[in-house]
Amino acid sequence: MRLELSAEDQAFREEMRGFFTTEVPQEIRSTVLEGRELSRDQIVTSQRILNAAGLAVPHWPVDDGGRDWTDLQRHIWHEEMQQAGVPAPLAFNASMIGPVLAQFATPEMKRRFLPATANLDIWWSQGFSEPDAGSDLAGLRTTAVRDGEDWVVNGQKTWTTLGQYGDWIFTLVRTDPEAKKQSGISMLLIDMTSPGLEVRPIELIDGGHEVNEVWFTDVRVPGENLVGEVNQGWTMAKFLLGNERVGVAPVGAVKRALARAKQLAGAQLDDPLTRARVAELENQLLALELTALRVVANSADGAPHPASSVLKLRGTELQQAVSELILDLAGPASLGARGAEDSDLPGWARRSAPTYLNLRKASIYGGSNEIQRQIIARTILGL
Amino acid sequence: MDFSLDDEQVALRDAVRSLVTKTYGDFEQRRRASAAEPGYDESLWRQLAEMGVLGLPFAEDDGGMGAGPVEVALVAAELGRVLAPEPFLASVVLAGGAVAAAGTADQRSELLGALASGERLLALAHEETVPVTASRSGEGWSLTGTKEPVLHGARADLLVVSAALPDGGTGLFLVEGTDAETDGYRTYDGGRAARVRLRDAPATALGEPGADQATTLAGVLAAARLAACHEALGGMEAALAATTAYLKSRKQFGVTLNTFQALNFRAADMYVSLELTRSIVDWATMVLATGDPARAGEASARAALQTSRAGRHIGQEAIQLHGGIAMTAEYLVGNITAHLTVLDHLLGDGRQHLGTLMTGVGDYEALDPLDPTMRSTSSQ
Repeated sequence: MRLELSAEDQAFREEMRGFFTTEVPQEIRSTVLEGRELSRDQIVTSQRILNAAGLAVPHWPVDDGGRDWTDLQRHIWHEEMQQAGVPAPLAFNASMIGPVLAQFATPEMKRRFLPATANLDIWWSQGFSEPDAGSDLAGLRTTAVRDGEDWVVNGQKTWTTLGQYGDWIFTLVRTDPEAKKQSGISMLLIDMTSPGLEVRPIELIDGGHEVNEVWFTDVRVPGENLVGEVNQGWTMAKFLLGNERVGVAPVGAVKRALARAKQLAGAQLDDPLTRARVAELENQLLALELTALRVVANSADGAPHPASSVLKLRGTELQQAVSELILDLAGPASLGARGAEDSDLPGWARRSAPTYLNLRKASIYGGSNEIQRQIIARTILGL
Repeated sequence: MDFSLDDEQVALRDAVRSLVTKTYGDFEQRRRASAAEPGYDESLWRQLAEMGVLGLPFAEDDGGMGAGPVEVALVAAELGRVLAPEPFLASVVLAGGAVAAAGTADQRSELLGALASGERLLALAHEETVPVTASRSGEGWSLTGTKEPVLHGARADLLVVSAALPDGGTGLFLVEGTDAETDGYRTYDGGRAARVRLRDAPATALGEPGADQATTLAGVLAAARLAACHEALGGMEAALAATTAYLKSRKQFGVTLNTFQALNFRAADMYVSLELTRSIVDWATMVLATGDPARAGEASARAALQTSRAGRHIGQEAIQLHGGIAMTAEYLVGNITAHLTVLDHLLGDGRQHLGTLMTGVGDYEALDPLDPTMRSTSSQ
């Protein structure tokens, strides 16, 4: 057992910290650090800066623009990025479709899409969930029917995060209605400017517009936009969702939020109840961070560490708990809505309730926390 | 950063596991051992001495094995797993730890050698009901007051006693067991403790006479607290394993209990508690191994806070998921919960550690286990 980082990893950490705190514009990082909403431009600008330095998609295969980093180095990269308030590379691009294309696409498709995906020249949306297919994704109904060289797509996707910005959408569609659930599904890449494709906003409880419905009415998709083989979409979906869970514990971001909560608390930090609540959260977060480190430090053989399923579950719970703390610190000042610019109430207090409400999603997406408990019970405890 | 054990550590763990499982693998044997005096299996204690386990953390010059906190942790976890009632924590880690930290070279080699060989049993008396004060008496010292509870205080050949010094501060003293009035009893987890009354009991200063040893004692308690956390981890792991096995085998309504998702989810949450605790306790052990007392004290409090929370969660759930069987004295799981409760209260409980930790929260930005100061600085 050894406590310190190796000299090499320590140097790596300093290099990452140095880059993130100096190369990404302060104005973008302040937006993140103060919990304000990022614009599309800010997200694109930040990712292009990272990509130019080889820091946008380090977890991709080296041949496709990735870096040959250890799991620990990736962890450090991710944590330092979050701590510095640098927006993480767009997950739909960097963590979802990118790795899938790198793994399953033809060389031609890779050339066409991967560099643009890494550089956020294409903004991807995710088209998996449907109104009747959430955690039970295999029940999806959107169909793609072959018509000559093309596919014709009909159906509806939902919870399409930031779909209003999307250029392309990667979708799971049913290509064999006769086959049993998982086996009749394929993955299609669809240009969101295609005729018959419509994005409709969904207003959420936090008052924001973050997710959308995407409707497909006889949308024609060129046959070459099929990823991998017909009816093998489920394999790719599992691969993608497996990646999604890795690094999903937002330790760096939650640490930053808790540190900020202490700052915002001001005189309230003299209250023993508040102090105790902060100290308890800090300790729980420390245990989580150490678990994340244990997982990355000991997963050299490539197999995921069994404790990794703890990370999503506990990470999102703590993320929610910290947002709840900030909401309580704001107290009545939280009543001002996000956009009430003529209010005298401090901005952080006005954003505290929408953030708290918005983060209820964290224990639902990426495999709900009930799904995580099911994974632990079944695959780790053998129940 | 590396949480894995080296080959020698794995060999030590396996050897201890094999030995204690032979003795206590059948829980009935543990019941018998804790029912009879002195409350543990003296032949197992001798075997542990022969394996070098009782001298593990002490310097080779003092008759020990020169191992560190990680090795102590491995032993504690194995004892915890089978709920072994042997006084490793009380005698080796606490009393031996105090002698190693405060004793003169002569005291160390005499006492630690005897402790390591199993010849003499030492106990640390630090909790008190009537404050113990030390006064000078001729060439030596005498102590008056009452210590309780003193783990294995009645069986101990020699007591290491903390006492208020005449000029202020806390001294550490050696008192022969025969010079104290000890009333031993069974604790609710089947362990042994005693009330130790000292009435002008003749005492020898441990280390430099008259020196304030408060900081040294705090360091010993911090190290012991971590060993207790590992003992608790062993117990929690065993409780979860027993619960999982029970859910798979016990039938109700014609089906095994793991048919019911509500129960499986609760077991999953027990696993989450266990793994989070293992991470922070292992980390704190590595901090302790660096030998920086201030950092070790804080890390030990942090690990103990998490262990307190997890011990209660896992212990309570283990009983609930088993149902009535876990309430019986002859079944392992309820006894683990009782022992976890003892461990929680032995060296400061969760509330107390939280009280310590909360005083400082305004003084730093965030915790950072990868930073040598354990604090992160602003990266804005």
